[in-house]
Amino acid sequence: MNYSIVFYMTGRILQIEALLFTLPMVTAVFYRENCFFALLISALIAGAVGFFLTTVFKKKDSMIYVKEGMTIVALAWILMSVIGALPFVISGEIPSFFDAFFETVSGFTTTGASILTDIEAMSKGLLFWRSFTHWIGGMGVLVFIMAIFPQESGRSIHIMRAEMPGPIIGKLVPKIRETAKILYLIYIVMTVIEIILLCVGGMSIFESIVHTFGTAGTGGFGVKADSIGGYSPYLQWVITIFMLLFGINFNLYYLILAKKIKTALKSSEMWCYFAIVAISITAICINLHSVYGSFSETFRHSSFQVASIITTTGYATTDFNTWPEFSKMLLVALMFIGGCAGSTAGGLKVSRIILLVKAVFRDLKHTLHPRSVASVKFEGKKIERDTINGVTTYFALYFILFFLMLVLISLDSFDFETTFTATAACFNNVGPGLSAVGPASNYAAFSNLSKMILSFAMLLGRLEIYPMLLAFAPALWRNKNH
Amino acid sequence: MKIIISGCGKIGATILESLVAEGHDIVAIDNNQSVIQEITNVYDVMGVCGNCFDCDVLEEAGISEAELFIAVAGSDESNMMSCFLARKLGAKHTIARIRNPEYNDKSLSILRHHFELSMSINPERLAAHEIFNILKFPSAVKIDSFSRRSFEMIEFRLKDDSVLDGLTLSGFRDKYKTQVLICCVLRDDEIFIPGGNFVLKSGDKISLAATHTDITKLFKELGLSQKQSKNVMILGGSRISYYLSEMLASAGISVKIIDRNEKNCELLSDLLPKAVIINADGSQQDLLLEEGLTTMDAFVSLTGMDEENILISIFAATQNVPKVISKVNKDELASMAEKLGLDTIVSPKKIVSDVIIRYARALRNSLGSSVETLYKVMDGHAEALEFIVKDDARIVNIPLKNLRLKKNILIGGITRDRKRIVPGGNDVILPGDHVIIIAANQRLQELADILEK
Repeated sequence: MNYSIVFYMTGRILQIEALLFTLPMVTAVFYRENCFFALLISALIAGAVGFFLTTVFKKKDSMIYVKEGMTIVALAWILMSVIGALPFVISGEIPSFFDAFFETVSGFTTTGASILTDIEAMSKGLLFWRSFTHWIGGMGVLVFIMAIFPQESGRSIHIMRAEMPGPIIGKLVPKIRETAKILYLIYIVMTVIEIILLCVGGMSIFESIVHTFGTAGTGGFGVKADSIGGYSPYLQWVITIFMLLFGINFNLYYLILAKKIKTALKSSEMWCYFAIVAISITAICINLHSVYGSFSETFRHSSFQVASIITTTGYATTDFNTWPEFSKMLLVALMFIGGCAGSTAGGLKVSRIILLVKAVFRDLKHTLHPRSVASVKFEGKKIERDTINGVTTYFALYFILFFLMLVLISLDSFDFETTFTATAACFNNVGPGLSAVGPASNYAAFSNLSKMILSFAMLLGRLEIYPMLLAFAPALWRNKNH
Repeated sequence: MKIIISGCGKIGATILESLVAEGHDIVAIDNNQSVIQEITNVYDVMGVCGNCFDCDVLEEAGISEAELFIAVAGSDESNMMSCFLARKLGAKHTIARIRNPEYNDKSLSILRHHFELSMSINPERLAAHEIFNILKFPSAVKIDSFSRRSFEMIEFRLKDDSVLDGLTLSGFRDKYKTQVLICCVLRDDEIFIPGGNFVLKSGDKISLAATHTDITKLFKELGLSQKQSKNVMILGGSRISYYLSEMLASAGISVKIIDRNEKNCELLSDLLPKAVIINADGSQQDLLLEEGLTTMDAFVSLTGMDEENILISIFAATQNVPKVISKVNKDELASMAEKLGLDTIVSPKKIVSDVIIRYARALRNSLGSSVETLYKVMDGHAEALEFIVKDDARIVNIPLKNLRLKKNILIGGITRDRKRIVPGGNDVILPGDHVIIIAANQRLQELADILEK
């Protein structure tokens, strides 16, 4: 294991975080709030630790192999969250460190699960920081570093793989730096468009920015106790559409930019994703027919909730906890599916589900015709057996960890629905669950142990398990030669 | 510049590596998933898995924006066909590897024309040519000649008892009063562009630039001169052996080829009536001695196995064969072989990648003073480039001592209308000159890059 590059890169990331603190600081100055000092102190700490790490671990050997890539990502995300939690603690707005850490992890991992009981009492600067973590975490900090710094080391593709969600990570253009730049450019342009559209609809600039950050990273932190419920139907529709757009593989936007619309339209993952969305909306509409007054309202609420849950954003326009059982269960199922690979969404990812289903059918066919030879095809390409194996292993690991955490969370003795959906909502980076963690309530009631486990679950979900698990594997750290 | 490489075997990967180092945007095509996986893990390139005859695959690789398409896949025919397809789909330039000796010059020129190939490369022939050059001047371990053969750059290693040991460069100049310029010195894997008070040590690998006659004269004075080889023994009947024997035979040098494959021997004896072909296992030392190894002027080991080449070359060296050349393709083995005392090592894939880099650089800077020739010298630590000078006010007509050159840059020679100038401080560069630049640890795109910014 190449320790120097791991700590060097981690230091770099903390330096970036120090810079990122300036945006909420500007907000705090603008609204003349005291949280400015809390943010400043945190920025200085981040900068100092970053400076310390980068100077002490001056890179001797800049080789990044798979294990270094994964460790860098895991370590960076944990440290980033620890430091990101400081402003909340220092300002005293979230006095408990465990709560603040949970809130920050929830931000960076774009989960949107909150422990705040009174959001509207928070200072604007910290609310901005809370939502900004969504935006940063959505595309990933390390991808950001790759976009702005010249190639720091060989083989940084391993970092990108560890941070970007999805079973197969390809590049858009030959150079990784250009790829990262394009991804961030698309991300920024879409963010700006949404902010403008929300402003046009009458939302204040601050709230537009905050809600856009929440949508872009598919996070779900808002500024109101009733999430998006109090806003006009126009604003709700804008957010619905943008949630869905941010749940699509960003490679497709690049293809559209490169005038290869035909190729983009051939994406079976995208069509499958839209099909799931359409079917779910229809089913929920039918199921809800008598709950709301008009069809348009029913349609709006069901569309918003489906978009919010499948992209694992976690905004709500209504308390879906009061919905009929069928609709609620459908939403829980959508939590697990998640958005497309290569998007900012969480969950298992549509492409993994497609590959799993195809592999299942292939195996069924193989049982019927034991000598049959059939390859699994996806997006017009043959998928190697290794990839399929990777997906099935991921699936198995996913559920083993899920149930392990479920058991640990149950120590808090909430009812089954709460425990199950809280774990699922955190693991899939959704945010709100059902029952006691429904959209109208929050995670404040959990014990500190549960909050730590759920934070870990969120990191596992965002980084797709392996980096987090490997970073804690003793074998990785024990032997200096490996 | 966007470059697509089809086929990521030994040669493809080497070309890819050096083009990535040049900063190009590379897309690699190969039909083996695991090869693509490995390549994209190691290098910052995009990989496309698929067949290079499939238009969809080529389009996915972005063929229409590609400046250069290089086909180095398995067979010559598939390389030509994929270049043709690439050309039709919009690639601006194409290079195909064509290595089969049956494609002679005439058929190659027809094929090049019809398939619109910008260049065809034959790694084996290039390697044979390099070995041939060394055999003509065996004191050197590497010889690179610049256009119109005006200047040559020669690498050789100072032996333990060398007369140059302990001499400073200014001392060297005073003592021998020659027009030879010592361009760079490689000592313990570190490269120096030496100044006047640099002290030479035995064990150094040094590189000289001068005209051929000056170098020969100097070597005579130094007592290093070796006669051109007259009797050459070649181990292994590969394609390189064939090309090399042909070149040697036409220069009147007698050749003996040893190969263990009977069919191969028969084929070679058909093609090379002048050469002596021995069908035997060349790894047997008795046999080599029986065939007169000790009486040979040179021994060239060209079997398909790097390890075999190295070991038998060491044996030949112990038998006091004056010149031993070994083909070693793996970089790691090459540096090991050098530590074991084999100084003349030829690597076909490196020669090819030099040729392609030269081509790519010439494409990139067709506007400025373009690279005419490029050699990687001193095990790739330095480059020797030849530029044709365009009218550039920053360089032209300024005495060299007034040019603010970057560190580790040396102007090695100027050719003006067939006149060769070994440059001193008062010389100037004029438009139309051919200038030879030696650059250590950096890449020059155009002539103006030699100046401090």
